[in-house]
Amino acid sequence: MLTLDGVEITLGSFRLAAALSVPQGARVAVMGPSGAGKSTLIGAVAGFVPLSAGAIRWQGARIDALAPALRPLSILFQDNNLLPHLSVFDNVALGVDPNLRLSAAQKAAVGQALEETGLSGLEARKPAQLSGGQVSRAGLARVLLRARPMILLDEPFSALGPALKRQMLDLVARIADETGATVLMITHDPEDALRLCDQTIVVADGQASPPAPTGALLADPPPALKAYLG
Amino acid sequence: MRWRSEPLWLIGAAALVAAVLVVLNLGALGAVVWRAEGSASLSSADWSALRFTMVQAAVSALVSVALAIPVARALARRRFAGRGALVVLMGAPFILPVLVAVIGLLAVLGRNGIVNEALVWLGLPRFSIYGFHGVILAHVFFNLPLSVRLLLQGWARIPGEHLRLSSALGFGAVARWRHIEGPMLARVVPGALTVVFLICLTSFAVALTLGGGPRATTLELAIYQAFRFDFDLGRAALLAAVQAGVGLAALLALARFTLPEGASTGMDRVAPAPPGGLAKGLDALAIALAAAFLLAPLAMVVIKGLPAVVGLPAVVWWATLRSLVVAGLSVVLLAVFAAALTAASLTRKAPEALGMAALISSPLVIGTGLFVLANPWIDPARLALPVTALVNAAMALPFALRALVPAARRAEADFARLSAALGLSTAAHWRLVLWPRLRRPAGFALGLGAALSLGDLGVIVLFAQTGSETLPMQMHRLMGAYRSGDSAGAAVLLLALSLGAFVAVERLVGGRDADA
Repeated sequence: MLTLDGVEITLGSFRLAAALSVPQGARVAVMGPSGAGKSTLIGAVAGFVPLSAGAIRWQGARIDALAPALRPLSILFQDNNLLPHLSVFDNVALGVDPNLRLSAAQKAAVGQALEETGLSGLEARKPAQLSGGQVSRAGLARVLLRARPMILLDEPFSALGPALKRQMLDLVARIADETGATVLMITHDPEDALRLCDQTIVVADGQASPPAPTGALLADPPPALKAYLG
Repeated sequence: MRWRSEPLWLIGAAALVAAVLVVLNLGALGAVVWRAEGSASLSSADWSALRFTMVQAAVSALVSVALAIPVARALARRRFAGRGALVVLMGAPFILPVLVAVIGLLAVLGRNGIVNEALVWLGLPRFSIYGFHGVILAHVFFNLPLSVRLLLQGWARIPGEHLRLSSALGFGAVARWRHIEGPMLARVVPGALTVVFLICLTSFAVALTLGGGPRATTLELAIYQAFRFDFDLGRAALLAAVQAGVGLAALLALARFTLPEGASTGMDRVAPAPPGGLAKGLDALAIALAAAFLLAPLAMVVIKGLPAVVGLPAVVWWATLRSLVVAGLSVVLLAVFAAALTAASLTRKAPEALGMAALISSPLVIGTGLFVLANPWIDPARLALPVTALVNAAMALPFALRALVPAARRAEADFARLSAALGLSTAAHWRLVLWPRLRRPAGFALGLGAALSLGDLGVIVLFAQTGSETLPMQMHRLMGAYRSGDSAGAAVLLLALSLGAFVAVERLVGGRDADA
């Protein structure tokens, strides 16, 4: 279980408060108006945004003082998830050894992750030679390989077309099934939330609300979410 | 928020480099002032040197940028075979040794140059290249191409929509100038003027070869003369202080103007068809004249010098060897300086500003100071080559930082979070993330450093005695002795070495495109 215990984030005049918990294995969408602090909230869990008060716990142990790489999670950003000068294989392999010195078994594991995400045969390519969908798959291959207990998605599929985005969400669901990971996903699109996430956190007016069932929330949205959804 | 602590040794290295640069600039000036005994005062000749320095820099800047406007506009809107090569060529004078250009200009416009031969044949009086207009001419030769490239970037950043809009609304030449080109130039021209002004402010080699005398002496040349001919440290110190003050004032002025970004070499996007008729003819004329002005002197250097290379005396070959050693050492120093300051500038502003300050520092002031400091302990002539390498590295540093720091900051902005999320160590972050992004600008910067060092005629003239000349200094000696065949041969050699060193270092360090 992920617990945000009286968390407060202050960045200049921006303030965000969050007191909530997410059960293990849950798939939670994070929705709310632009600038409300969705990325800030995810960034705080990932270790990129400092807390001004409160604590973040995973299975009861505090993780808010840990370096990003030591937290029990993998994150995909909106872009720049791959280093453009490294091959697809090396980009995924960074997930097992940041120094890229891999044993034979580790290399086989990278190959396995690439195969499961449909990238077999593209190992030697540079990111510039991939399509948008393939770039997303490579990022997900690394998430699969790292097999951390949480997956944070900061809108990594927002540039993809509807069909491709659905494919990626299904791939996320498969990876989460396989690894038992908890998923936190920022999205603008209610359809994405309905497709992947049974629960949704609404971030608005300086508050992140506890997760609520996505279907009910979208059927009868609170005022801030209603104004945003239109 | 920073997700990675900087290793202490890195901060230490940056601080050490910063200290070297500060001591080099301020310490040298201090040493000159300290050793200046008695009360020196500026003579009327010194006042006219100050006046000449300011006037020639201002005129050089105005002429270079004014001439660059029609050339840049023509290059921006016309497409023709060889356009790309011409734009690249516009970057070449930057790494061209000053003396090579001077020899080329003399071959075209000198006493026995093509132009004067033509004037005599027409029964007109000869034209002399020496003096004020010679200095201006040489400065325009170097800075017209630089200005063209700066202005081209301004044209390249006019949004395509604005161009399409202007043709959709039926703008004529006047309306286009008033609404689109004029406002763009108003933003870009002040920066270009300031850059050229700064470059010409510390002009030494051009003034040494084409200027001189009471009416065409720059402050740098006056420092050299006070030091070398009169050994009047008081006056040299005073002149150095004036030079430093002028440079500082100019740098403060520069800080108010922004320079066009990046190294875009021209635009390759769909723009509305440019006007034909007279405008087309004028554009062709501007391009042809600029190309002739830049290419004729270089062609003359090669034509006159190539046959003389084989018969060059042994002293020239020894000087060549020394120049290569100096350039090699200088590139290593530049790499260390630039690496330390680039690393430190990822989280700070100061290192960059420190490196940029070298843009206005005067090699002759630094040289004089180091000479004064070294003199009681060791024969300065023995330090000629290492000091030259050190000063060359410091002088190339601003250009290196301009290439490296933005690239490093961009790489950090794009990938620092990813690197932290994956847990890359500092070493792995540099090896896997930063270095591949910095290789190409580093190759360019070090190539530039090698070429600038090979072609430099500056601080070496203070230190070197017979037997420790570099190639440019040996060339200057040959020119002074009217050995025009040998000096032309040496010019070709220097030209080939500078271009070759630039290309070799750029390829070697820069490698292939890492993202392809």
